[in-house]
Amino acid sequence: MKALSLSAERLRAMLSTMLLIRAFEEKAEELYGLGRVHGTMHLSIGQEAVAVGVCEALRPDDYILSTHRGHGHCLAKGADVRRVMAEFLGKETGYCRGRGGSMHIADVEGGNLGANGIVGGGLPIATGVGLSIQIRGTQQVCVAFFGDGAANEGAFHESLNLASIWDLPVVFVCENNQYAMSMPVHRAMRVERVADRACAYGIPGRTVDGMDVFAVFEAAQEAVERARAGGGPSLLECVTYRYRGHSKSDRQRYRTREEVERWRARDPIERLRGRLEAQGLLDPEAYEALAAAARERVEDAVRFAEASPEPDPATLLEDVYA
Amino acid sequence: MSRELSYAEAIREALRQAMEADPAVVLLGEDIGVYGGAFGVTDGLLELFGPERVRDTPISEAAITGCAIGAALTGLRPVLEVQFMDFITLCMEQLVLQAAKIRYMFGGKAQLPMVVRTPAGAGTGAAAQHSGSLEGWFVHVPGLKVVAPSTPADAKGLLLASIRDPNPVIFVEHKLLYRTRGDVPEEPYEIPLGQADVKRAGTDVTVVATSGMVPRAMAAAERLAGEGVSVEVVDPRTLRPLDTETILRSVRKTGRVVIVYEAVKTLGIGAEIAARIAESDALYHLQAPVVRVGGAECPIPYNRGLERAAVPQEEDVVRAVREVLAA
Repeated sequence: MKALSLSAERLRAMLSTMLLIRAFEEKAEELYGLGRVHGTMHLSIGQEAVAVGVCEALRPDDYILSTHRGHGHCLAKGADVRRVMAEFLGKETGYCRGRGGSMHIADVEGGNLGANGIVGGGLPIATGVGLSIQIRGTQQVCVAFFGDGAANEGAFHESLNLASIWDLPVVFVCENNQYAMSMPVHRAMRVERVADRACAYGIPGRTVDGMDVFAVFEAAQEAVERARAGGGPSLLECVTYRYRGHSKSDRQRYRTREEVERWRARDPIERLRGRLEAQGLLDPEAYEALAAAARERVEDAVRFAEASPEPDPATLLEDVYA
Repeated sequence: MSRELSYAEAIREALRQAMEADPAVVLLGEDIGVYGGAFGVTDGLLELFGPERVRDTPISEAAITGCAIGAALTGLRPVLEVQFMDFITLCMEQLVLQAAKIRYMFGGKAQLPMVVRTPAGAGTGAAAQHSGSLEGWFVHVPGLKVVAPSTPADAKGLLLASIRDPNPVIFVEHKLLYRTRGDVPEEPYEIPLGQADVKRAGTDVTVVATSGMVPRAMAAAERLAGEGVSVEVVDPRTLRPLDTETILRSVRKTGRVVIVYEAVKTLGIGAEIAARIAESDALYHLQAPVVRVGGAECPIPYNRGLERAAVPQEEDVVRAVREVLAA
């Protein structure tokens, strides 16, 4: 096994963030089941290595654009779990004061320029963030997360081309979780890999195992450093899997239990844990302590969110300027 | 000091002065550099400000609209030129689902100081896909400001105000107005968004006209003055937010109103203006039903005569004014 180039401390922090995301989303699902939250949600359970591996390669002042399946991105970018949970519950103390909810959560100060309810909707915006960085000369980087479904939107083509011709510091990260809602990726595109499309834009394209946080981190770091140095955009495809359905309405008729189980056997959290234990950087007790701490942070966030005020209906028109 | 400029020159001057005053102002658009823009509006700005701030883009309307949004979110003040207003259909997702909603959706934590300039209107023989007046679609969207100047001086002052505004503005320019001329102050100045202007004072009939219809309404008013009819012409200038009070004040005074707009009549801005009059006390001042003069319910045809028939002309305004006077 290859030695891990990150410090033990950083690796444990990455594991903690993955555990936090998982605990957050399991709690979100539970709250939904109990009828304590309305609307829908898109869970990224199983995909934690992508959010954490990519964000680990970023500076605090770098930007991300997230997707409808964005709780993980938001937490991995450093958001306060209390305010994320408060937003999920639609409370005034949430990042968007309860106006955005799960699908539109943004932490602008923390560099998360927003989850997006439109498939591919963040890709054009990422080009502008890249342009702004380039003109302001700040050596920041913008990561645009999107799914395999978004790779078939026209916005994907326009945005990758624009970023390429202007050498914009944007890393396009495709979370290929195998399904665009119910449509399997092999039925939605003829090429084998989303990253194969990079050659059409004259930019590097790379496919990595999205269940391996270390593989994601290494590839992301390379793409981020390239962008930061003025080398232009890259397309990074992370092959991953969502354990849950697309949203709460999903009866999952398009896949088998066996398929889900096969992917679960490659669980990204278990995988990182196994590697850390094999290298003597973690023991089972320490792991349990990290997992318990993650769960407690989420419980604390729920207590905070539930104790927080609802937005006042009298403020309905605040921030409407026209 | 003021001197005469064309509408296109006034817009160019506003762009130049905004760029001189603030390095965050950048221009984006198809063929706005060497070519100078499809209508020559950005002519010469590339030479003054260089290709970094005057950016020719590929023909990728969704991406360049998103590009303006992302740039505005992170510290720039982009001004995007959409070559024909018809092409704004290719920008709709980014404008309506992203730009209009970001500030609200994010709980007020983000601002989008961006302007989308776009030439609208028929009269150039450009036929059905290059002659549209689609401003009404955007007036329907909370989160977008919609500005439609009718004179060179208004164009300059409103564009400077739009660029300084912290929110997204759709800035509708009328193709037939580009060559019209008028006095324009040399120094930079702003005309506040959301303020209508009484272009001609009168006592018998109010004509509310927008964008390219304002000069036609003014010509009609002049003709009717020769017949002893005193027409007041009100130009809303900003369609969202709409200065309802200036319109109502005029209607209360004259008791008769004709609303002239080039977009297809059904559900155009005239429908909203008529509704606001009907919802207000000005209704009790009306001595005749409200009359709307809008575009024909058809795509803009190519043939010159058909094209002319598809949008309101001076004589249509004159006829409508006589109609409300006779009622």
